[in-house]
Amino acid sequence: MSANGNGKRLHTISVLVEDKPGVLTRVAGLFAARGFNIDSLAVGPTAEPGLSRMTIVVQVDRKPLEQVVKQLNKLINVIKIVELEPGEAVERELMLVKVRAEGETRARVLEICDVFRVRVLDVTHKTLTIEGTGTPEKLQALLELLRDFGIVELARTGRIALARGDAGIRDRGRRLKAVGEREAE
Amino acid sequence: MKVTGAQALFMALEREGVEIVFGIPGGAILPAYDPLIDSKIRHVLCRHEQGAGHAAEGYAWATGKVGVAMATSGPGGCNLVTPLADAKMDSVPIVAITGQVPTPVVGNDAFQEADITGITMPITKHNFLVKDANELVETIRAAFHIARTGRPGPVLVDIPKDVQLQEITWRWPEEVDLPGYKPTTKGNLKQVREAVKLILASERPVLYVGGGVIKADAAKELYRLAVDGRLPVVTTLMARGAFPDDHELALGMPGMHGCYAAVTAMQKADLLIALGARFDDRVTGQLSTFAPEAKVIHVDIDPAEIGKNRAADVPIVGDAKDVIVKLHAELKRRQEEIGGPPDRSAWLATLERWKREHPLRYEQPSDGPIKPQFAIQRLYEHAKDAIVVSGVGQHQMWASQFWRFSEPRTWINSGGLGTMGFAIPAALGAAAGRPDKRVIAIDGDGCFQMTAQELATSTTERIPFITAVINNAHLGMVRQWQELFYEERYSQVYLSHEVPDYAKLAEAYGCVGLRAEHPEDVDAVIEKALSVTDRSVVIDFRCDPREMVFPMVPAGASNDDIILGPEQIKPTKDPSEAPVA
Repeated sequence: MSANGNGKRLHTISVLVEDKPGVLTRVAGLFAARGFNIDSLAVGPTAEPGLSRMTIVVQVDRKPLEQVVKQLNKLINVIKIVELEPGEAVERELMLVKVRAEGETRARVLEICDVFRVRVLDVTHKTLTIEGTGTPEKLQALLELLRDFGIVELARTGRIALARGDAGIRDRGRRLKAVGEREAE
Repeated sequence: MKVTGAQALFMALEREGVEIVFGIPGGAILPAYDPLIDSKIRHVLCRHEQGAGHAAEGYAWATGKVGVAMATSGPGGCNLVTPLADAKMDSVPIVAITGQVPTPVVGNDAFQEADITGITMPITKHNFLVKDANELVETIRAAFHIARTGRPGPVLVDIPKDVQLQEITWRWPEEVDLPGYKPTTKGNLKQVREAVKLILASERPVLYVGGGVIKADAAKELYRLAVDGRLPVVTTLMARGAFPDDHELALGMPGMHGCYAAVTAMQKADLLIALGARFDDRVTGQLSTFAPEAKVIHVDIDPAEIGKNRAADVPIVGDAKDVIVKLHAELKRRQEEIGGPPDRSAWLATLERWKREHPLRYEQPSDGPIKPQFAIQRLYEHAKDAIVVSGVGQHQMWASQFWRFSEPRTWINSGGLGTMGFAIPAALGAAAGRPDKRVIAIDGDGCFQMTAQELATSTTERIPFITAVINNAHLGMVRQWQELFYEERYSQVYLSHEVPDYAKLAEAYGCVGLRAEHPEDVDAVIEKALSVTDRSVVIDFRCDPREMVFPMVPAGASNDDIILGPEQIKPTKDPSEAPVA
C-alpha cells in the first residue's frame, strides 16, 4: 500500500451489491460527486445469484472515506461494505501487455517473463503479448522493466481482493463503520 | 385477476393509501391516465410539472403522508428535477411516477425520451425503471416504503408505455424485499444513558432541534423532554413549529438570520443536543468557530449525518421520536434520583436577558412604505392557526422570524435547496391535503413569478389558499448582498412594483386580487382576504425595497460576529472580500 505526503493512502473497499441495472453508476456517481478519483474498480458476479462484488481502490484521506462509505451504505442496492486492510487481504490483478520484441530484444523480454513467472499468449514477428497475474506491486515492477522495450498497448483488470482467513464478507460482523458509529447503534 | 400495468399501478397506489396525485398527462403516460378515471384517487391537474412536484411536497409536509406527482416522459420528467432535488435536500417523502418511451425504443433518442433515472440518480433517495409489468406492483410498494421510512426522501418510478399496457396477473406483495435497506430506527440504550450523563453534567445545554423532529412527529415528546429537563430549545428553519415559540424555553431560530439569543446560546453552550439536525452551514456559520465549548450529542436516523460536519461526543442513530422518548425516560429517572434537574438558573437567566435585550426588531413609520415584517406580523395576528408556506429569500426569513409557531407541520418551506417558486405550488398541495386549515403562502415577488400558473390549478380544482406577495420590486436577498458586500452596485435585481399587476393577474386566474400600499391599509386588506373562503386570494403588499433581513451572520463568518442591524454594517470595500454564498 502506498502513501503520499497528504496523508492520503490507497484504500481497498469490497462492496457487495444487488445485481440491478444502474448499480455501477450509482456507486461510481457517489465517488464522483464527492470529487474522488477511483484508482481501479472491478465488478463481477459472486457465488450467490443476484449479487455482485465490486472491489474499489481509491486514494483518499480517512475522514472523507468514512463519509463516502456511509453514503454508499445508504444506496438501496448496496448490501454490505468492508474495507480490506493491507496485510489482512490477498490481492490480485490481471494485466495483458503487448510489448515490442524484435531481434535480440526478444530473448531479454522472454527472460523477464521467466523471472516474473508470467505467460506469453501471442507471438508475432514484432511483438509479444504477455499475461501477467499477481499483486499490483509485482505487475508494476514488471511493467517498469517492459517499458524499456516499448509497450504497444496495455489492459489491466484492476485489483480484486478477499480477506484472509475463514470468514466471507457476509460473516464479517457488521458493515464497515465510521469511528463512533458502531457505538451509535 | 388479469389487469394492465396501468390498472395495476392505480390499484397499487390505492393500496398504499394515496388520496391525491398531482400531475400532467402526456404521450408516454397516456395509458396510466385511463384507469385513473375509474379510480378513487383524486388527480389534481397542475399547469407545470414543477408545480406538481412541489405540490406533492407541500402535501407531504402538511400531512406527513407520501406525496405523489405524475408526469410524462422527457420534458415532463425533466420538469420534476427541481422538486426531486428539493425533496432530497429537505427529506420530503414523495413518489414521482413518470411515463417512459416504450422499452424497444429506450436509448434510441425517441420522441420525448430522456434518461430520467440517470438524470435523477443523485437527487432521489432511489429510483426505478420498470421493464416488466410483473415487477410493477412490488416496485411501487418498494418506492413508497423507501420514501416514507428511515430518512424520508423522493423516489422516482419510470414506467415505459408498453409496460403500462402489458397484461399481468394482479398480486399484492405482503413483504418488501430490499436486502440492502434496513434503516436503524431504535436508539441504543447504552448511548442514551451516556447522553443523559452529559445532559446532567451540563451547565449550559441547548436542544438543537432540526427537521427530523417534525418528520418523526415527535413534537409532543420533545416538549416533555425540554420542559422536564429544563432545556432551552432552538428550532432550525426546518423545525419551526416543533416547539412553541411562545414558551419560555424557546429561543427561536438559529443560523444566518437567526435570533440573537438562539445564535449566541449555541455559541456559548457547553452541550448541544442535536435532534434530527445536520449542522448545516446556514446554522453553524464558520464551522471552526461554531459552539467552541460545546460537547455534542447527535441524534439522527441517517448515520451519514453524524460526524459529517461536527464530531459527536455521543452519537445516537435512530428515529427522533424513539430516541427522544428514551432520553426523556432516562433523564426523568436520573433526575428523580438526584432530586430534579441541575440548577441552571444562571444560564436560563442569561438567555432570558439576551431575548429581552436583543429581540427581533424593525420600525414601521406610520406614513412610510409598508415594512415586510409589519405585513407578516399583521397576517399572523389575524390568522394564527394557519399553515404558512414560503418561497425563498428575504420574505422567507421574515416569515420564519415573525410568525409565532406553536404547532408542527404549520410551516412549510424550501430549506436545503432554496428553491425560489416553491411557495405557490407547495401551498396548493398543503391546502389539498389539509382542507380543514387555512393555508397562507408568504411569497416574494421574484418567487411568485416563477410558479404563479398554479393559481389556475387552485381555481379550477377549488383548492383555495391565500398568497401574500411581499412585493419589494426586487430580488431582495440578492439586492441585500449587493448593498452590503458589493458597494451598493445593484446588478440585475430590479423587478418593478407594478409589472405584473399582481391583483389583476390574480383576477385573471379567477382569484380575488387585493392590494395594500400604505401601512393603514394592511389590516383591512387582510380581513378582506380572510373573509373569502371559496377561492384563492392574492394580496399585493407594496413593501419597502430597502428593508434588509437582520440579524445576519455573513456567510463564512463566525456566529460570534452576528450583525444585529444596519447600524453595525461595515461596508465591504473590495467585492472580492465579499462572503461566499
